Amino acid sequence: MSGAFRIPSAGRLKQAKTAGFSFDGRSYTGIEGDTLASALLANGVHLVGRSFKYHRPRGFLSAGVEEPNALVQIVRDDARKTPNVRATVQELYDGLAANSQNRWPSLAFDVGAVNDIASPMFSAGFYYKTFMWPKAAWKSLYEPRIREAAGLGVSPDKPDPDHYSSRYAHCDVLVLGGGAAGIAAALAAAETGVLVILADEQAEFGGSLRFESGAKIDGQDGFGWAQAAIAKLSAMDNVRVLSRTTAFGYYAQNFVGLVERVSDHLKAPGHDLPRERLWQVRAKRVVLASGAIERHMVFADNDRPGIMLAGAARTFLNHYGVAVGRNVGVYTANDSAYAAAIDLKKAGVNVAAIVDLRDHPTGPVIDEARALGIEVNFGRAVIRAGGKLRVSSMTVQPKNGGGERTIPVDAILMSAGWTPSVHLFSQSRGKVAFNDETKRFVPGTYAQDCVSVGACNGTDGLSASVDEAYAAGAKAAKDAGAKIAKGTKPKVDASESWSRGMLGAAPGAGPDKTVKAFVDFQNDVTAKDIRQAVHEGMRSIEHVKRFTTNGMATDQGKTSNMHGLAIAAETLGKPIPEVGLTTFRAPYTPVTFGAIVSHARGPLFDPTRKTAIHPWAAAQGAVFEDVGQWKRAWYFPKGGEDMHAAVDRECVAVRTKAGLFDASTLGKIEVVGPDAAKFMELLYTNPWEKLEPGRCRYGIMLREDGFIYDDGVVGRLTPDRFHVTTTTGGAPRVMNHMEDYLQTEFPHLNVWLTSITEQWAVIAVQGPKSRDIIAPLVEGIDMSDEGLPHMSVREGKICGVPTRLFRMSFTGERGFEVNVPADYGRAVWEALWAEGQKHGAVAYGTEAMHVLRAEKGYIIVGQDTDGTVTPNDAGLDWAVGKKKTDFVGIRGMARPDLVAKGRKQLVGLKTKDPKVVLEEGAQIVENPQQAIPMKMIGHVTSSYWSENCGRSIALALVAGGRDRMGDTLYVPMPNGVIEVEVTGMVFFDETGGRLNG
Amino acid sequence: MLLIRCPYCEEERPELEFRNAGEAHIARSANIAGESDDDFEKFFFIRSNPKGIIYERWRHMHGCARFFNAVRDTVTDKFVMTYKAGEPKPSKLPGAAK
Repeated sequence: MSGAFRIPSAGRLKQAKTAGFSFDGRSYTGIEGDTLASALLANGVHLVGRSFKYHRPRGFLSAGVEEPNALVQIVRDDARKTPNVRATVQELYDGLAANSQNRWPSLAFDVGAVNDIASPMFSAGFYYKTFMWPKAAWKSLYEPRIREAAGLGVSPDKPDPDHYSSRYAHCDVLVLGGGAAGIAAALAAAETGVLVILADEQAEFGGSLRFESGAKIDGQDGFGWAQAAIAKLSAMDNVRVLSRTTAFGYYAQNFVGLVERVSDHLKAPGHDLPRERLWQVRAKRVVLASGAIERHMVFADNDRPGIMLAGAARTFLNHYGVAVGRNVGVYTANDSAYAAAIDLKKAGVNVAAIVDLRDHPTGPVIDEARALGIEVNFGRAVIRAGGKLRVSSMTVQPKNGGGERTIPVDAILMSAGWTPSVHLFSQSRGKVAFNDETKRFVPGTYAQDCVSVGACNGTDGLSASVDEAYAAGAKAAKDAGAKIAKGTKPKVDASESWSRGMLGAAPGAGPDKTVKAFVDFQNDVTAKDIRQAVHEGMRSIEHVKRFTTNGMATDQGKTSNMHGLAIAAETLGKPIPEVGLTTFRAPYTPVTFGAIVSHARGPLFDPTRKTAIHPWAAAQGAVFEDVGQWKRAWYFPKGGEDMHAAVDRECVAVRTKAGLFDASTLGKIEVVGPDAAKFMELLYTNPWEKLEPGRCRYGIMLREDGFIYDDGVVGRLTPDRFHVTTTTGGAPRVMNHMEDYLQTEFPHLNVWLTSITEQWAVIAVQGPKSRDIIAPLVEGIDMSDEGLPHMSVREGKICGVPTRLFRMSFTGERGFEVNVPADYGRAVWEALWAEGQKHGAVAYGTEAMHVLRAEKGYIIVGQDTDGTVTPNDAGLDWAVGKKKTDFVGIRGMARPDLVAKGRKQLVGLKTKDPKVVLEEGAQIVENPQQAIPMKMIGHVTSSYWSENCGRSIALALVAGGRDRMGDTLYVPMPNGVIEVEVTGMVFFDETGGRLNG
Repeated sequence: MLLIRCPYCEEERPELEFRNAGEAHIARSANIAGESDDDFEKFFFIRSNPKGIIYERWRHMHGCARFFNAVRDTVTDKFVMTYKAGEPKPSKLPGAAK
C-alpha cells in the first residue's frame, strides 16, 4: 500500500498508519513517521530536483540535514509555500503537498538542462568573467537574467501568517546531539541532579543508532536503548529534552541558539502552536555530540538519481523499511558501505557488486559480505555512472587502468568515509587539528567551556564513544557545580566500528579527465572546477571556495568541504593542513527569519509612544506623523481640507487668535542639586549662574567637537533646580551625554539628573488671545506682563492641579507652555480647549508649528543643523557665554577650520517668484551656467509656503552666507533653475513686538 | 551574546543591558580652553585600536545606568575585568603572564 519498495519486515514504522501526500501533483501513499524522502523512495521516486547551475536531474544523496539535492517546496496554502525544504528532513503528514524546484516546464523535461551541454561556458568563476561587456547590457540583459536564474525555489509572496515564539533558558549542562554519545553524556550529567538540556535535530533521538543494526546497549538493540534512555531523561525534573531542535549557532560565553520546529510536521497545526520556537540558551558547560557526516565518492556522473550515501541507504532500510533499489551497486573506500550491502542483501535486495578502492582490506564485514555471496572487487574504481534520470549502470575499472566492465544497477551506495561534524566546535572559536593518520579535522584547541564527544571528536566505535561521552557528561556536571554522581554507565554489548576512507577525486576523475565528477552537488562544483581555480591563481582555500562557490550553498559544504580541500591541496602540491580549512559559520542549517524575528514584528517591532492628549487629537480627526517612537498630531483637517489648506488655516489662526499645540513629547530633564548651576555652565554654552529663579533661557548644548548637539528652553525654578527641555528626538541622547559628564568628568559636582519627559504633559497655548484663554483657569500666578514676562516660569495651579507655567514662544506670538502632571494632561487640555473656543482658537499640529517657527527663523536642531554646524554658523553666537572659561565644546569650537572664513552659515532665502516653494535638500549654486558638475555652495534646510507672509520662505546653509545678503543665487532643479535672494532668517515680525502682543 | 560584569551591581548581566562608550582613561584637561591644537587632537580624535587588550568605557544602560571601565581582549572578545569609573588603570591583569 505504502509503496512498492517498502519491505514490511524491515524498519520501525507501523505499516497500518498510512498518510496520503502529493509530489508535483501526483498522489502517493506513505506511512506516519516517514520523511518525504523515505515516502517517495518507497514509491520508487528518485528524481526529485534539478541542480542549480546545470539543471542536472538529481535524487537523494542522504537521509538527513546534509542533503544537498532533494530541495522541495512545501505548499500548505496560499501564504504558506516554504521553498528549499530538504525532503530528507520534512516529516510526512497526511495531505502534505510538495513540488520540485528549479525546473521548467517539468522535472523530467527541463529546458534549463541546456546549461549542462553548454557547461564549458559556465566553468568556475564564469560570472566574474562573462558579463563584463558591453557595459549597457548589464542592466537590461545580464542582471535580470541572472536574478531570475539565481536562488533556489520561489519565495512566498504573502505575509507569513504563522507565529513564532522565543525563550531564554539557562542550564548547567547543554548537550547538543542525541545519538548514543549525546544520550550517554546527558544521562551522566542528569544523574547528578544539575540542570540539563538535551537537544537533537531529528524527530526521534538515536542518531546513527537509527541505521546501525549491529549496535546493542544494556541488552537492547541500540535504537530501543536510546528511546528508553530518552523516556527516563524526559521524566526527570532537572532535564529538558528537545527533539526537532537544531543548535544552529554557538556564540560567546556558551550562548547557544537553538531552533525548535514545533508544528511543521503536523497535518493541521492549531493556531495556539507557534511554527517554531527560538531558544537562546546560556550553559555553564556544553557537550558537543554532533556526530559525523558520510562523504560521497567523487567520480564521473556521481550525481545521477539513485546514487546515494551508503549510510543513507541503511537508514531508509533499517528505520523506514524502504529499499532504495532492487539491484544495487556499492562503491567504497572504507568498511561502512559493506554494512549497507549486508543489510540490503539480508532484506532480499540484490547487491550486484561491491567495488572497493582499497587493495587488500580485511575484516569481519568483508568476510560477512563474501559469506552472503556478494561479489567483492578490490583495487577497483567506478569510473562513471550510466543513466540520466536514474542511474542504470556503473562502469568499473582497475584503479591503475585496464579493462572496463559495465554492471547494470538501479542504485549505487557510496562511502568515502566519515567527516566529524566540527561545525559547532568551530563556531565556538575552537581551533581544529588535522589528524594525518585518519585524514580528518578534529577538535584541537578549545576556546570555551565545552567538550566534544563521540564521532564529532574523531572517536571511533560505539563503545569508546559511549565511555568518552559518559565521562565527559559527569565531568561537565561536576565542573558546573554538581556534588554527587550516582549513575551507572551504559554498557555497550555489540557495536560497529569503522574509520578511514579517502579524500578527493577517485581514479577516473583525475586531472587528466574532463568528466563531471561532483564535489559540491548543490552549487554544481566539480573536481575540475577546483583544479581550475588553483590553475587560475587561487592559493588560499578561502579564495578557492569563493571562486568556485564550493561549500557556499545552503548545505554549507557538509559533504563537499573535505573533498574540495583535498583536491585543492593536491593541485597545489601542499599537505592539507597547510591549505587549511574554511571557517564554519552560523547557522548550521538554514533558520527562518520568522524564528529570529519572533514576536518583534508589526506593532510589536518597536514601542509606540503616545501622549496623554493623543486620544483627543485622534477623536478630532488629526493626521499623525512618526517622530522617533512618538506619534505626533501633524495637522487637524476640517471639512475635507487637504494638508496645505489645514496648515494655512492653523497658521493664520495662531497669529490672529490663538492655537493649542500638544508639546508633551519635548524631552524634559530636571537638573537638581547644590551644584546644578555649575553643571549647567559646563554642559551648555550659555551662562547660568546669574539666571534668576523664575526666569528662562534658550540653551545650546555642544559636543566636545564644538558642533551643536541639542537646544531647548531651560527654566530655573529655584537656585538649585533647573527644568531643562530638549528636542523630542534628542531626549535620550542628551540624558546620556549629561550622565556621562556628570559621572566621569565632573563627578565632584553634587547634582542629580532625572528624566521627566513622561511625567509632564505640555500644552502650548500661543497667539494674541493666549493669555485670555489661560488666565481664567490659573490660580496663584500673576498673569500680567510684569508678573510673568516673556521667558519666565512660575509654579502654581491650573484647573486645580499643579502646573509649571512657562511664558515662552516657539511661534513669535505671545505664548505659554502649560506643564501639568501627565495624568491630568487630557483634562487640562479639554478645559483650555473649551476656554479657547470662546476666542476662536484652533488646535494645530507639528506642520503648522514648523511653519510658524520658520517664519521667525527659529532653528530645529537636526533639520537646520546636521552635526557640522557651530553656534556661529547658525547665527547663535549671542547664546555663547563670552566670559566662560569652560564648557563642553569650548575648545572644539575654536579649532582652525571652525573659525575659518567661508563656512556654511544659516541664512534665509526668498524665491524671486513668491509662489515657488523650494525643495528641502535642494542644492544651491552661484552660477547656473557653469559646466556640470557644478560647484555647490549650500543647500536648503527648511522650506514652506507661509500663508502669513503670503509667499514661500526658506532657510539654507550657504557658504559665507551672511556676506551674501541681497545676492541672487540659483537652485538648479530638473524642471529648470530657480532664482533666489539671500535674506535674513526672520520673515515675520522682525522687531519681535508680537511676543507681547 | 557576551556576559558583562557590572562593578556596581556586582553581577554578570547580558550584553543587551550595556552600551559601549569608547576608549577609557582619556582625561579631559582642566584647562581645555587653553589646549594647543595638537593636544586637543590627541585628546579628541586619536584612539588606539589594539589587537589584544583594550581599556574601554561601558554604561550599564538598562541596569544601574552607571558608567564603568572594562578591559577586553579584541581578539577573543573576552572581558578580562571591569572596574569602577575613576579607578586607576589596573597595572596587572588577572591571568596575565608575569
